Amino acid sequence: MTHHRVLLFARYAELLGAGEVAVELSHDATAADCIAALRTLPGGDLLPSHPVLVRNHAIVTGAVVLDPSDELALLPPLAGG
Amino acid sequence: MAFLTSDLIDAAALSRDVGASHHGAITTFIGSVRDTHNGRAVVRLTYTAYHAMAELECAAIVREAESRWPVRAALQHRVGDLQIGDAAVAIAIGAGLRDEGFAACRWVIEAVKRRVPIWKQEFYADGTDAWVDPVTL
Repeated sequence: MTHHRVLLFARYAELLGAGEVAVELSHDATAADCIAALRTLPGGDLLPSHPVLVRNHAIVTGAVVLDPSDELALLPPLAGG
Repeated sequence: MAFLTSDLIDAAALSRDVGASHHGAITTFIGSVRDTHNGRAVVRLTYTAYHAMAELECAAIVREAESRWPVRAALQHRVGDLQIGDAAVAIAIGAGLRDEGFAACRWVIEAVKRRVPIWKQEFYADGTDAWVDPVTL
């Protein structure tokens, strides 16, 4: 198992009660695995069906394999401007 | 100059940054805080951001605008607590001619809305608050 930190913002930070959470994933875990793990956390069941996950500041699809050194973040719909 | 700021935006400074002797047009856009949203009275709002990614994305947007048109582009976006009338975002484009200036300015604000990880929380006169979801606009 590997340890991954995930940054949360705005509505998602409120849902999960923190601006950053940690998840334990298998060695070859994917972005989809990470989102599934986030759903098991308190409040995670309220996340939308397909939240946007970014790795090192770029959006990743579900099949992408993650590395523990990656900076991960879950982005709510953007509302700047 | 950072693209995100918790200070008041100086749009005149942005315009000066993109000025040049061969620029016949300085086009600006300022998005400001409204006192209503969907019929609700807004008293203030807060912008939060994924700072590292937002700075990178703003830089990419400026680079792309300057590659699409023969212009110089500058932008800043506020974060933190804003009051009604405050400038939330400002864009300045220096261009030889107005057509490319207007086109680039419009493209930049739409790119900011679509790509920069910033979120807006509105606070209403009735004491409630909500994260603004652009999907519902």
